[in-house]
Amino acid sequence: MSEDLRAAVAAGVLGAEESHRELLQSVVEVARAIFRAKASSIFLLDEAADELVFEAVAGEGAGELVGKRFPSSTGIAGWVLVTRQPLVIDDVTADRRFGRDVAESTGYVPKGLMAVPLLHEERSLGVLEVLDRPTDTRFTLKEMDLLGAFANQAAIALDLLQRARRARAALDGDGDAALLARVATKLEQRGDDEDDDDGSRAAAVQLLRALEQLL
Amino acid sequence: MTAEEETPEEPPEELPAWSLPADAVERIRLETAWPERVTREWAWGGSTGAGVRVCILDSGVEAGHPDVGVVDNAVAVTVSGDETNVTDDHEGDLCGHGTACAGIVRSLAPQCEIHSVRVLGAGYSGSGAVLLAGLRWAIDQGYDVVNMSLSTTKQKFASMLHELADNAYFRRTILVASAHNMPVESYPWKFSSVISVGSHELEDPLTFFYNPSPPVEFFARGYELAVAWLGGGRLRCTGNSFATPHIAGIVALILAKHPELTPFQLKSVLHLTASNVGGES
Repeated sequence: MSEDLRAAVAAGVLGAEESHRELLQSVVEVARAIFRAKASSIFLLDEAADELVFEAVAGEGAGELVGKRFPSSTGIAGWVLVTRQPLVIDDVTADRRFGRDVAESTGYVPKGLMAVPLLHEERSLGVLEVLDRPTDTRFTLKEMDLLGAFANQAAIALDLLQRARRARAALDGDGDAALLARVATKLEQRGDDEDDDDGSRAAAVQLLRALEQLL
Repeated sequence: MTAEEETPEEPPEELPAWSLPADAVERIRLETAWPERVTREWAWGGSTGAGVRVCILDSGVEAGHPDVGVVDNAVAVTVSGDETNVTDDHEGDLCGHGTACAGIVRSLAPQCEIHSVRVLGAGYSGSGAVLLAGLRWAIDQGYDVVNMSLSTTKQKFASMLHELADNAYFRRTILVASAHNMPVESYPWKFSSVISVGSHELEDPLTFFYNPSPPVEFFARGYELAVAWLGGGRLRCTGNSFATPHIAGIVALILAKHPELTPFQLKSVLHLTASNVGGES
């Protein structure tokens, strides 16, 4: 039973990762379409490495950027992530040094960009960027609010993606989470027994409750 | 009875702190010079911000940028464990954003002092602790105004930030903080002891509005404006980050002319001179 459970959960988690990736991809596609932009991308913060990672890209750079990493202190995306403040810049090319910095994180030098932090509960999960809106349309603060609404949706998708990955790590890894997953599996096995002759399951559950309180 | 109460050698002119005995009433009588109507002319007419110390808590400031000029002091804040390290900062600005904020303050208050406290640039990890340590240090320096175009969403820092914000309020350091237009809890802009700022779309840098539906208390220019950036250059930007230094600059102008104002009096002056209340727009 526990092996079946493990396999079922693992399969479920793998399925979830794929559908969350699709959700993130659809967010950047729609953001790009609504703002009639050349490209849109989502960066996820890898807290352990303190790096930002391209998770989804629509438009320019879509083929080669997913998975690319750069330090979380780099350029505008890093600043937006740390300060939790959205930012819109209209003429990136006016500053060559800045243009180069941006190019490192986008694969090309955009003329303009909108960047908004992806915030979920108290965590800053990453950044959503929209690059090169058409120059003939007037940008308004209402669009900034719209970008914020999109960011909220993307943050929920990113949170789900991270949860799915953590669940998978819990099942497969060697860390603390894996230990907890093994404990859960053993409890599950004991729970399947007809009876708990030696009382060890009850004792283990009591111990876990005490541990929970301690933490 | 406590030891303090038994000691009669209190300086006779000391102001009462915890209660007001009848014979102390005269001692707290304050000279008031409030006009019949608080106007912008009364509030900051003729002021250049001279003598007011404005702290830019951000990514550093590029000294000598044509829009910024002299930076009176620049430090970088780092945290290792429980220890805060504050060192002279020779890196300038790691992003461009602090320079943008400093340039806006300078454009409004040309003769104020600009002090840079760098709390950004070392990556995401530990950024909340550095923000907290930097703000604490800035308040300890007794700056008149602290511009904070940043916030944290970490709940564990909220109560400490709240305490710091109240501390600043009673020590007469004005904290001006960028508001958030996203559906998350973030700090310190939501605290009533700070001045929180969002953006409007108008071009005049002295046009600002009081918001009758807080927590965002004021709206200032934060839309499509040319701001100072790295290498002596400029960028055209939009964001609450740039509205905030507009209010910080106006606060510097007011404090240069009326240094006696406490934070709550100053907020009242901002209210009375707001473009939708009594001020010219």
